[in-house]
Amino acid sequence: MTDEALERVVREEWGRLIALLLARYRRLDLVEDALGDAVEAAARTWPRDGVPDNPAGWLNRAANRRVLDRLRAEAMRQRRAPLLVTEAQAGQERTAAMADTGDLVEDDLLRLVLMCTHPALGAEAASALTLRLVLGVSTYDVARLFLVPEPTMAARITRAKKKIVAAGIPFSVPGADVLPDRLDTVAQTAYLAFTAGYAPGSGPDLLRADLAGEAVRLVRVVLAQRPTEPVLVALLALMLLQHSRRDARVGPDGQVVLLADQDRSRWHTDEVAEALSLLRSLGPARRMTQQGAAYVVQARIAAEHATAESAGSTRWERIVQHYDLLLQVAPSPAARLARAVAVAEAQGPEAGLAALDQVRMPSSHRPASVRAELLVRSGRVTDARAAYEEAIALCRNESELAFLHGRLAALGRSSP
Amino acid sequence: MKRYLILIAYEPMDWSTASEEVRAQFFEQHGAFSAYVAEHGKEVASAALDDADTATTVRHVDGEVVVSDGPFAETAEMIGGYYEVELPDLDTAIEAVKLLPPSYSLEIRPTISIT
Repeated sequence: MTDEALERVVREEWGRLIALLLARYRRLDLVEDALGDAVEAAARTWPRDGVPDNPAGWLNRAANRRVLDRLRAEAMRQRRAPLLVTEAQAGQERTAAMADTGDLVEDDLLRLVLMCTHPALGAEAASALTLRLVLGVSTYDVARLFLVPEPTMAARITRAKKKIVAAGIPFSVPGADVLPDRLDTVAQTAYLAFTAGYAPGSGPDLLRADLAGEAVRLVRVVLAQRPTEPVLVALLALMLLQHSRRDARVGPDGQVVLLADQDRSRWHTDEVAEALSLLRSLGPARRMTQQGAAYVVQARIAAEHATAESAGSTRWERIVQHYDLLLQVAPSPAARLARAVAVAEAQGPEAGLAALDQVRMPSSHRPASVRAELLVRSGRVTDARAAYEEAIALCRNESELAFLHGRLAALGRSSP
Repeated sequence: MKRYLILIAYEPMDWSTASEEVRAQFFEQHGAFSAYVAEHGKEVASAALDDADTATTVRHVDGEVVVSDGPFAETAEMIGGYYEVELPDLDTAIEAVKLLPPSYSLEIRPTISIT
């Protein structure tokens, strides 16, 4: 019971406690260790003394004591460490500007997220640091999410923390003119962690889907600070729709199950329902950044799949229209490829192949793999075989390779 | 307050043939930058540098001091000038350099004191 209580308070309060400690001491190098020590102390004493009435308050006091101990020890050694820049230092102008806009909520947790996702940090480092500091995800798990060795990830997180202090990245909420851009970066950072969890990998696939859930939690945490921020609402809807399929997208042998073949009863319908309601809350004429608009369109596409009774009853014409809009809002080769797939479903393989001709993704196996499927459907087996071989030559992912080899082999058996 | 060196890189352009309008706009943008810095902190030093072909590089090679012609690296962009400023944080520094001409690439480096 005590373990569960501790786990819950760490899960729910880690970021807020870090933010509180940072606001007070401005020592990025001390607070994380101090809170870690406090959690360790709790794991030792709570089973003996019982769970305190206010577990978060208990951890906060223990971490504070720990920071003060360290500061005292440092003072003894006469060492001076660089301090984090905070609003108190940043002068009165910024504070005054924020008071003017009225609607800006000054919140320590939001400041922490904005500091960790500052564009002056590399995208992946920012993503890792945010998971670590805001959600308390262990460095070990963050490393598994991004498929790097733990020491590499530990070094990356340490470097990001050093850069924050050295470059003077502030622990503050920027003015209203910059904030929408910064929230876009927050969204990108969260989505990067989410997609890292879903990049089909071998072995620890399921664990990584679990970690993608942490990215969903991150968006929830930030959204709680800015409840109507369109880019965050749209992103949460998009993530929930994709995440709702996690149990159906991997087969019993760890192989990828295509959308059309997934057992729809294994989709998490509560998450689909929440996503649809989020999308409705956005309304059609909301003012949005380009990125927010792109998330909305992608979420609407995912919603079409999520609400289709079966793969056969999917409204592909509508999905093609969404992709046409997406290509206007945020053109990308991946969107063009996905549109070609939708065109093939809506209008037949020949139309799909024509749409595929406009896709340029030189080092990716995906266009060749899609072309092979469409060639099979239009009965051009020899061309299809060549396309599968091209895809296999370019593919670097084991489970996808197995899939492609399987398709090629099946073709061999059924061909004359 | 933190102290930053702001390095300005740009693709070389010919000042002598630049129109009066272009020159005026450049001065205006530098003026806006300086005003912003003065409002939020202070400007410590600044200079525009002469062309890269006036640069001399001094290196130690195998225990010998070698003096040669040209800047550190031959690139399309060259360092054309710098500001040293004191500002509260990186965000303020970023807001300040946004006021400089858009043809610049800018590097903001915190300085450290070596004692």
